Amino acid sequence: MIEIQNVRKSFGSLEVLKGIDLTVQKGEVVTVIGGSGSGKSTLLTCINGLEPIDSGRILVDGTEVHAKATNLNKLRQKIGIVFQQWNAFPHLTVLENVMLAPRKVLGMAKSEAEAMAVKQLTHVGLADKLKTYPSRMSGGQQQRMAIARALAMSPDYMLFDEVTSALDPQLVGEVLDTLRMLASEGMTMICVTHEMKFAREVSDRVAFFHKGVMAEIAAPAELFGAPKDPELQKFLAATH
Amino acid sequence: MFNYTFHWNQALKALPQMLDGALVTLKIALLSMAIGLAFALLLTLFRLSGSRILSGFARTWIEIARNTPALFQIYMAHFGLGSFGIHLSPFTALLAGIAFNNAGYLAENFRGALKAIPDTQTRAGRSLGMSAIQAFRLIVLPQMLRVAFLPITNQMVWAILMTSLGVTVGMNTDLAGVTQELNARSFRTFEFFAIAAVIYYAIAKVVTLAARLIAWRMFRY
Repeated sequence: MIEIQNVRKSFGSLEVLKGIDLTVQKGEVVTVIGGSGSGKSTLLTCINGLEPIDSGRILVDGTEVHAKATNLNKLRQKIGIVFQQWNAFPHLTVLENVMLAPRKVLGMAKSEAEAMAVKQLTHVGLADKLKTYPSRMSGGQQQRMAIARALAMSPDYMLFDEVTSALDPQLVGEVLDTLRMLASEGMTMICVTHEMKFAREVSDRVAFFHKGVMAEIAAPAELFGAPKDPELQKFLAATH
Repeated sequence: MFNYTFHWNQALKALPQMLDGALVTLKIALLSMAIGLAFALLLTLFRLSGSRILSGFARTWIEIARNTPALFQIYMAHFGLGSFGIHLSPFTALLAGIAFNNAGYLAENFRGALKAIPDTQTRAGRSLGMSAIQAFRLIVLPQMLRVAFLPITNQMVWAILMTSLGVTVGMNTDLAGVTQELNARSFRTFEFFAIAAVIYYAIAKVVTLAARLIAWRMFRY
């Protein structure tokens, strides 16, 4: 369970998170929508401790992420994150990209890590690209590799930060299909996205962020069907 | 116009001696590069450390190494330290001087290479549970080496040529030292130094080609 309690965060004088409260249950898929600069991406990087917070707290399975005593390297093993820019390691093949962390962080034997990597890459449809370098692949393929790389750590939670925003339109579908598959398998996921149709389909709940505040959160049918927040109504009218 | 008779025979007879010297030259150059690379990495980490003392130390080293003559750096290692009672043999002084110079130049190359690797690479590594050191070693460093590879090769060639400065501190077993002694005994200056120059050139070329081969093997991406 991920518990976000009254989290505030500023970059300089700009407050990007103004007291966010959100609890995500095991097995739940929550998507976060909202305009640029609404703080939704920042929230994800706070959840796995890549960004510090100013006040409030975030608990992952009861462990406080930003407590001094927390071993973040350990905690991050159970929270996978995939970024908008997929950040493939260019000097490693696809297989090596996925094997690296299981070997070096989890201490898996080479054969075990390789089996895990092959399994995850097959899962995302890249079984034929094992020996390829990322630079030889499309953005969509690299993004799917990044997903496999995170999954190879056997995380309990997956965070997706606008994973289709930097892709050519014709490549968005293959990545969304991968996310749909994960959702159907019961992975706990928080997805920041601009894909409304996707959000409506896969989410248990959808949260709307506006200027650092979670203005509304509800089941997709309710949030898209009968939005209450006036900003959300404007946002949905503009995105349709 | 010319009043000089070439005596190549005498010089060629000394070729085995000179080739032995060339091996010493190569050995000093390789050692100085190994030490220089290790210290350059250390200086780069010092600069990143955020500590004013460590980064100040690194900056001072780099400034001196890059903005004073290599000859002085070797002189200092031999005669300069000698004034304080630290007596380094010509071999050690030469090695120390060149390694000092290498570290300064290479650290500056590393800094440039580091800038070429986006922060998001480290972030991606950290998000997979890697420690900062692991992310640096496994993700940033290998990519840095590719960017810095050509400058490293250049520095290696430069290190080979710098070894010839050893004659000024009494080094007499490397190629320049051997050549200088043969010259002093025979006064066949042109012949000996011409042959030595060809050998230096050959070593430099072989090293450059070897580096190209290594790069081709290592950097397949």
